[in-house]
Amino acid sequence: MTVTGGHRAHWADDIHALFRAHTITLVSMVPDAGHQRLIELCQADPGIRTVTLTTEEEGVALAAGAWLGGTRSALLIQSSGVGNCVNMLSLPRICHLPLFVLVTVRGEWGEFNPWQVPMGQSTPAVLEASGVTVFRADTPDEVGPTIEGASQLAWQSRRRVAVLLSQRLIGAKRFEEAAR
Amino acid sequence: MTVIDRREAVRRLLTEREGLVVVAGLGASAYDVAACGDTPLDFPLWGAMGGAAMVGLGLAIAQPSRAVLVVTGDGEMLMGLGSLATIAVERPANLRIVVLDNERFGETGNQATHTAFGTDLAGVAMACGIADVRTITAIDDVDRLRMDVHGAVGLLFAVIKVAADPEPRALPPRDGPYLAHRVRAELLGAAGALDD
Repeated sequence: MTVTGGHRAHWADDIHALFRAHTITLVSMVPDAGHQRLIELCQADPGIRTVTLTTEEEGVALAAGAWLGGTRSALLIQSSGVGNCVNMLSLPRICHLPLFVLVTVRGEWGEFNPWQVPMGQSTPAVLEASGVTVFRADTPDEVGPTIEGASQLAWQSRRRVAVLLSQRLIGAKRFEEAAR
Repeated sequence: MTVIDRREAVRRLLTEREGLVVVAGLGASAYDVAACGDTPLDFPLWGAMGGAAMVGLGLAIAQPSRAVLVVTGDGEMLMGLGSLATIAVERPANLRIVVLDNERFGETGNQATHTAFGTDLAGVAMACGIADVRTITAIDDVDRLRMDVHGAVGLLFAVIKVAADPEPRALPPRDGPYLAHRVRAELLGAAGALDD
């Protein structure tokens, strides 16, 4: 977490800075509200190409092809999208390719929408069963170091790695307020 | 009209392929590419159904100065239809996608796919926004397609309607780390392939 001018920068700024530092030049996504700031930072960065996907598994295959061609990428998804990735995760797993996924978690802390709960609750188990190493950040201060260590593990040890950005971190969606 | 033999079509497509990178969808498409002679620039899939076009997009983005060809079947393409919308938006000038459409799930007993009932993959690609879309029903038109696959026409999507008769299997290597490392070594050099 960086401190500038007495104001704490948003954790998404730390992730964006890490993308720059680790030469991650391709970011694919199925948007989530929790990723909004990071998506905007990446889209505004001329050094990063962003690709919007129709479903999350596309991003797993995209990351594999990009790595084969020498490009590091990150995949931004929501926990519900983890379920869409399961079979495609066999591609980086069987080929020993790195994969770096940032997952915003729904269906846990303060969730309003019960339909988010099943996939949100099973996200860590599904990832681990698919051969993905899972890290988790619950507070803004944890984000930078967690992302950095996860990214290093992905590229230097060629692992499939996911960082769960918890619902407590991103904030529970306020449907009642939106409805008023 | 003579029905196109898929292996002959792929043989013509890959004639004098030089630096062309080829991603092959699982099953018969991968065998057709392997039957032309396995090379380090081939990345045949043995799974990851629905992912061939997106692997091609990733390679095309990472290697903008090289032509990347995805050769896949109708069943594999049907599983990744959304990727055609993604690719249409990205519009990578060096990506070519060729679907060998036999209207069958060939690996599982030749069951009919959706294209046997009228689903038009070229129409889907066009509706997604890919400008250069072709349907090929005569073998000699594959020679023209080959010129464009190797040329600088921009993003291209072609469906080649092929016979449903199964061909003898020509199996590419199936060791994943080997397949990945050799394509990286070819594209990035021996040292580059070992970099992070």
